[in-house]
Amino acid sequence: MILNWKTGGLALGLVFFLAVLIVKPIGVSTQFVILDGIVWNAVDSSVVTQTEDGKYTSSNAYLAKSNGKYAKHVANPLNYSFVFVLAMMVGAAISAAGRGWVPKEERVMPPIWRANFGDSHAKRYAAAFIGGFIVLYGARLAGGCTSGHMMSGLMQTSLSGYIFTIGAFGAAIPVALMMYKKEG
Amino acid sequence: MTIIYALIIGGVFGFVLDRIGATNPQYIIKMLNLTNLHLAKAILLAIGVASILMFLGQMLGLVDVAHMSVKAAEIGVFVGGILLGIGWAIAGFCPGTGVAAAATGRKDALFFIAGGLLGAAAYMATYPAAKAMGLMAKIGGGKVTLGTVPGAKYDGLTAIPGDVLGIVLGIVFVIVAFALPDRLSGSAAGATQPAE
Repeated sequence: MILNWKTGGLALGLVFFLAVLIVKPIGVSTQFVILDGIVWNAVDSSVVTQTEDGKYTSSNAYLAKSNGKYAKHVANPLNYSFVFVLAMMVGAAISAAGRGWVPKEERVMPPIWRANFGDSHAKRYAAAFIGGFIVLYGARLAGGCTSGHMMSGLMQTSLSGYIFTIGAFGAAIPVALMMYKKEG
Repeated sequence: MTIIYALIIGGVFGFVLDRIGATNPQYIIKMLNLTNLHLAKAILLAIGVASILMFLGQMLGLVDVAHMSVKAAEIGVFVGGILLGIGWAIAGFCPGTGVAAAATGRKDALFFIAGGLLGAAAYMATYPAAKAMGLMAKIGGGKVTLGTVPGAKYDGLTAIPGDVLGIVLGIVFVIVAFALPDRLSGSAAGATQPAE
């Protein structure tokens, strides 16, 4: 059961407001870096190190940037932003359970994909993987994603939010129009 | 305490993302090929509502201005936005909705996350090169808001009072949400019935 756009939009707006009222604006994509860092640091513990004054730094320039902010989060995964993303998964799962989960035939691909590209699971998985690679590379280059830049950014009237949104929709709409000509 | 907040706000966020259909790549793709703007209208309304409440709350002294977190405007924001847009259309997921979708049992979302983790790692490896290419060059002063928000640590692009501007723009977002048609693309004949 999907909410109509008015109720759904109002609820989503209240969540974004609640976040900035209580803690800070919502953002997600940084946590892909943090999870990478956690895995990498588990394999090679020299990746994130603590300096003598208690601060964290990293042999990786990106994790070390902004005074080791990311390095610190890699070393302490139980921080607000990382737990936020885990909780988001739980919330989505509870909602899905409440509406009888995703229909079996849609768990691999949405109907519009099937209508345009056929039933090959491998093809859909490959596209999702490549899409994910490009999305997260882009999000990190941009310094945020649809949540952090677009929703949180536009809501705060930040210039970066507008620049990001123009770039993202300016690319996504033509690509979608080219890729998905048949309605599914 | 912040962990409790993370659990509550994150949990509600994930729940709402699923309930508005944002975890369903069908809705994302149909928004991007302009055949079903249900999600776009919900997002626009959400931004408007959140903006109005936040800036009104700031004016009334109920919302801490220091909670604002404005990201830097850089060349890379535009280039990265374009890349994200391309991948978004291909996959039908963005970072937040992809993670939430995987939790609802979508297998393609797991591949999206795997690709995303590799993409984020690739950025970690190439960050010095991206910086050297000038992609972190600031636009309009970097971390700025369109107006000047009273008490905020961020500069304004203009001298317009930022809280008033935020409320006005919030109202504009709400109006656009209502004014936007259900679909922009495809003939009326093809618009008989959405797939869902």
